Amino acid sequence: MDSDTQWVTWEVLHQEKRGDPHVHVGSVHAPNAEMALILAKEQFARRQKCVNLWVVPTVAIVSMPYDDADIFEAGTDKSYREAWGYKVRERVRAARELDRLDPKEDDAGE
Amino acid sequence: MTLMNPLVRPVITDDDGRSEDEKLVTFEARVAAGEKIEPTDWMPDRYRQQLIRMVQNHGNSEIVGALPEREWIPHAPTFKRKLALTAKVQDEVGHAQLLYRVVETLGKPREVIIEELLNGTAKYSNVFNYPPETWADVGIIAWLIDAAAIIRQMLLREGSYGPYSRALKRICYEESFHLKHGHDICVTLATGTQFQRDMLQDALNRWWNPIVGFFGPPDRASVHTDELMRWRVKLKTNDAIRQQFFDQYVPRIWELGLSIPDPELRKDDESGRWLYTEPDWEEFKRVIKGHGPCNAERIAVRRLAHEEGEWVRRALAAAANDQAVPVQ
Repeated sequence: MDSDTQWVTWEVLHQEKRGDPHVHVGSVHAPNAEMALILAKEQFARRQKCVNLWVVPTVAIVSMPYDDADIFEAGTDKSYREAWGYKVRERVRAARELDRLDPKEDDAGE
Repeated sequence: MTLMNPLVRPVITDDDGRSEDEKLVTFEARVAAGEKIEPTDWMPDRYRQQLIRMVQNHGNSEIVGALPEREWIPHAPTFKRKLALTAKVQDEVGHAQLLYRVVETLGKPREVIIEELLNGTAKYSNVFNYPPETWADVGIIAWLIDAAAIIRQMLLREGSYGPYSRALKRICYEESFHLKHGHDICVTLATGTQFQRDMLQDALNRWWNPIVGFFGPPDRASVHTDELMRWRVKLKTNDAIRQQFFDQYVPRIWELGLSIPDPELRKDDESGRWLYTEPDWEEFKRVIKGHGPCNAERIAVRRLAHEEGEWVRRALAAAANDQAVPVQ
């Protein structure tokens, strides 16, 4: 067979609970948006809990090539922009042990 | 089956023959059950207006809040601090983009949001109308104002409007680095020379009142609180959040050997509540209305940035006419 007799494909995004993000779960062939939703429901919402589905024509999606994955890598140490990059509690504890801090006693204190 | 775009509010679907009262009952039942409200759902007009006001204010605060901090990037004392402060400023501006998108889902166009900030009619957090005078101010702002913001945003994350709630998940994650970085700056100064300690104490003295005021006027002055709490637009009252902040942060401030410039501040053993001196709410109102030390400067800088960014908007508009087709 030299031609594709299938309908175009639609990507399916599934929402398990109201308020959750929609998550991509797969795709279906369908002649139009309405049929895509019906087929997506049959395929992806038969058992798994579902409150809402989105369908998007596959051709509407634009992707970055995986070859470019290195653009997501940090060229240098970026721990300065992460909460785990700071050990503040340890610093406070160490400063207290060395008596470098002078806590004001207050009768309402801890 | 009704087909719809999930992000664009349909004009006609509200008209399902039910009265406003019936719709309100369903809406309130859903909110009470912990469900999220999405842009295409029916919602009371006061809910929509209040969310627009609140999220727009929040977005503006992220933009304007980045301005005082940005002034200090060239003066950061070490290269690591400079990188961290730059990253924080970048985060805040990114948060504004997320929040403006949320406001758009409620029906207010971005152009209007931007224009209202530029022409001075939009509000933002009052605390950013004060000047950061020393490097210690940068530490106090990043530690305590971001702490105050995180406490409020962690609550709002559990609110009823889906797009706002989802945006706040990411925002809270990023803010946690801001807080740590600010705390780290304060610990460095608190364990440093006498000059550095004095500088830190001086910063706290100047910022304490604006920080206490950050949570907004006392509950007795709020009129719509009950309704907003029922609709989960507010999760706790201003006073309750202020108390939570005192509980979490007063001990940590004392721990660094700092004095809080309020002789009345103490925890009442019987009620378990913090007693404190009310900030001057008249001054608070005066500053909100545009008469604070930095209001004019903040808007002027924002306007300059907007004008200087004109070429970027033009270039993007040109790119929109030159759409690339995805590879099939």
